[in-house]
Amino acid sequence: MSELFNDPATWLPVVFAGLMGVSILVYVVLDGFDLGIGMLTPLVSVEDRDRMIASIGPFWDANETWLVLAIGLLLVAFPAAHGTILTALYIPVAIMLVGLILRGVAFEFRVKAPAHNKHLWDWAFFIGSLVTALSQGFMLGLYIMGLEWTAMTVAFALLTALCTAAGYTFIGACWLIIKAEDALQTKAVRWALRSLWGLLAGFVMISAATPFVSERIFQKWFSVPEIILLAPLPITAFLVTCILLWALRQLPDPTDRFRHVPFAGGTLLFTLAFLGLAYSFYPYVVPEQLTIYEAASAPESLMIILVGTAVVLPMIAAYTMLAYVVFRGKARDLRYD
Amino acid sequence: MMDTLILSRIQFGANISFHILFPTITIALGWVLLFFKLRFNATGDERWMDGYRFFVKVFALTFALGVVSGITMSFQFGTNWPGFMESVGNIAGPLLAYEILTAFFLEAVFLGIMLFGFSRVPNWVHTLATFLVAFGTTMSAFWIIALNSWMHTPAGYEMIDGVAHATDWFAIVFNPSLPYRLVHMLLASGLTVAFVIAGLSAFRMLYGDKTSAAKLTFKTGVFLAAILIPLQIAAGDFHGLNTLEHQPAKIAAMEGNWETGGNIPLLLFAIPDEEARENRFEIGIPNGASLILKHHAEGEVPGLNDFVAEDGTPMHPPVNAVFWSFRIMVGTGLAMLALSWVTAGVIWRRGLDKPNPWMLRAFVAMTFSGWLATLAGWYTTEIGRQPWLVTGVLRTYEAVADVPAPMVLSTLLVYLAIYVGLTLAYVSVLFYLARKAARGEQPKPMTPGSGAAVTMIPAE
Ligand code: HDD
Ligand code: HEM
Ligand code: HEM
Repeated sequence: MSELFNDPATWLPVVFAGLMGVSILVYVVLDGFDLGIGMLTPLVSVEDRDRMIASIGPFWDANETWLVLAIGLLLVAFPAAHGTILTALYIPVAIMLVGLILRGVAFEFRVKAPAHNKHLWDWAFFIGSLVTALSQGFMLGLYIMGLEWTAMTVAFALLTALCTAAGYTFIGACWLIIKAEDALQTKAVRWALRSLWGLLAGFVMISAATPFVSERIFQKWFSVPEIILLAPLPITAFLVTCILLWALRQLPDPTDRFRHVPFAGGTLLFTLAFLGLAYSFYPYVVPEQLTIYEAASAPESLMIILVGTAVVLPMIAAYTMLAYVVFRGKARDLRYD
Repeated sequence: MMDTLILSRIQFGANISFHILFPTITIALGWVLLFFKLRFNATGDERWMDGYRFFVKVFALTFALGVVSGITMSFQFGTNWPGFMESVGNIAGPLLAYEILTAFFLEAVFLGIMLFGFSRVPNWVHTLATFLVAFGTTMSAFWIIALNSWMHTPAGYEMIDGVAHATDWFAIVFNPSLPYRLVHMLLASGLTVAFVIAGLSAFRMLYGDKTSAAKLTFKTGVFLAAILIPLQIAAGDFHGLNTLEHQPAKIAAMEGNWETGGNIPLLLFAIPDEEARENRFEIGIPNGASLILKHHAEGEVPGLNDFVAEDGTPMHPPVNAVFWSFRIMVGTGLAMLALSWVTAGVIWRRGLDKPNPWMLRAFVAMTFSGWLATLAGWYTTEIGRQPWLVTGVLRTYEAVADVPAPMVLSTLLVYLAIYVGLTLAYVSVLFYLARKAARGEQPKPMTPGSGAAVTMIPAE
């Protein structure tokens, strides 16, 4: 064990894989909720739409920065993998970027452009959110399929795209349950219940498919004692789902005391799914091709990033929480004040 | 059919050109907003707050465009230039990581408080948030310019099996061209903002703005420009001298000089012919280039013919692009000097009670002149580095991705369409906001948040 810690070349890649994983997870939950809200905007009246967008206005930029961090860590810590993954995903990445551009600028243009153009930017906002979610899901599916482009893998990726969009819609609806009042909150509960099924379908599909993509992953899950040690993962997921279904049927409750439960449960579900995936793919960063050790940057470079990260990440966490505290409570209309 | 290399270069150039438009404005506008806020805190003069309210909208819109185009940038290295990170990732990686960690999160989080938090936090927290956003954008510029400067003048590294390894981080960050490039870029940002402020304010005045707030911001813009432009010209001169030392081929291309020697003229006009390796239609100031670069008439100026390989392939950058973009930048700078000094003089003498409409129109026309000069400057710098991607370490063609050309072409066309559309939307919305403000449709004055008691903090 001590040997492991003496040689940074052995533990640094693991630490960075962990950091990258955490940023992806945080991104999926945080930008997931604001993309989800974006996908729900066509379903409501103009006033409710303003309120929904107000509920994410102060947060979306910081949320999106987690994507920049995740991709940055891939870039700086695993340069060799970064090129392979991103060139394999060239087209979906480009489509996602177009989506991110559209919805990011629509936030500002919809309130600043002449009023008669507002509905156009509202469409850009919806389409941008939808396209982003779909392309991210597509990339997830293709990654699971080992970055191969065949009819089978593309079909699978299209399904994960739909499920990811449903998952983001779910977490977005959960966020809205916290932020909205009255009729809008009631609607949010209904949306959460419906989209939860899409999310669950995605989990089941991925769990079923992953072990059959590679013999190695199959062995990791279905041999003794692993299968017993890993049992808590699916069991917890099942329990959380039951609690979610129960809680969503109680909401909206008159005291609004349980409004945080769906979002917390949803976050937990995402985390569990993520842990499962991470377990399957470790130690590969490009599935079945390149391990994190082969792809890692030089230790002296990783070290200097790690020092910075250790100092700055807690600060980022602190002021991010500050922002959530400042903007706690129900969403009012966005006001530039 | 164009190949992947040239398409990827065009795509990268298009993406970063689009990106830089917006940070160029946000970097300095953040500080100007802080200035407005502090003036208001100190004087209680509502006009400063009016200026703040108007330009914070410009800031928010610009920032959103900067963020989304920046995200595109962070994927570009992987999708189009994997060889870049594979070969110099050990140096570029930490610099990019520090930019994300120390700058991006800071600005993104505090931007929320700056834009939406005025009625939720005490006034001093709001002022602090404004400061942190301005500070964050400047840090962002620092790190990315450090990386870019390192690509021009690499230092503090060693090559092991074709991969760069860091040996001295201080030397890497503070590489020889960083101070010049950083100062010149920050000043460029200040000038761009000065002209945006003056231009939009002049537009408001022409449109019949009855408030005196527009006059105040107009004056701020004009004086800011008048102060910064001589500094910028001086900084540019030093920058050029530094480049002469480290990248003589770039200077030879900027001057359009083929043979090394003394008494080299400063060319005002010429059409460099790279086939014949000579200039056509030369008009120049005798000894000018020698005087500027060496400070005496016989001073030796490097010539392009020194940078040709044995077999005749040129090892210098394409001459026309560098030669002309340099002249566009300097020309714009001189136009800025003339307009801002004449106007500042007029305001000094006669005040702004009866502004000459032609003076205002000139500023409206120059609203985005900073963009022109900045892009021209970057084209000089970046094309002047070719054929190298990292001077002496990595050539551009060695880094390009192995993706099919049609794929690059299709994404390039989509990006271009979006960029043209968004740039037009951006410019027209700015003028629309100015018209609205001129008609007096500004939001109501705002009240600080529940923590109002803390506003008692004496004038910051
Ligand atoms: C408002 C913008 C602006 C203005 C008015 C000027 N510049 Fe500039 N220039 C830039 C904005 C800029 C820039 C975009 O910021 C560049 C690109 C890279 C850099 O560091 O600054 C640049 C690059 C750049 C370079 C290239 C350095 C290199 O990479 O080797 C030189 C020699 C100058 N400038 C010199 C000048 C001179 C003599 C000017 C006198 C009028 C001038 N610039 C005006
Ligand atoms: C922001 C202003 C910038 C502009 C307008 C700009 C513009 C350009 C242009 C026009 C090229 C193409 C040169 C050629 O191929 O002939 C180029 C190349 C390149 N620049 Fe920049 N650049 C900027 C800043 C940066 C920065 C900050 C970095 C790195 C951190 C960078 C990295 C590169 C790389 C990797 C290339 C090689 C790819 C290529 O040749 O297209 N640039 N840039
Ligand atoms: C000289 C060239 C550059 C300068 C001066 C610059 C500066 C800035 C600044 C000040 C911002 C934040 C302000 C705003 O969003 O408007 C920003 C945003 C961003 N830039 Fe650049 N940048 C340059 C080139 C690049 C390059 C080459 C990359 C890619 C690696 C990049 C990636 C980003 C990203 C990802 C963001 C979004 C940050 C966020 O989410 O808040 N930039 N840039």
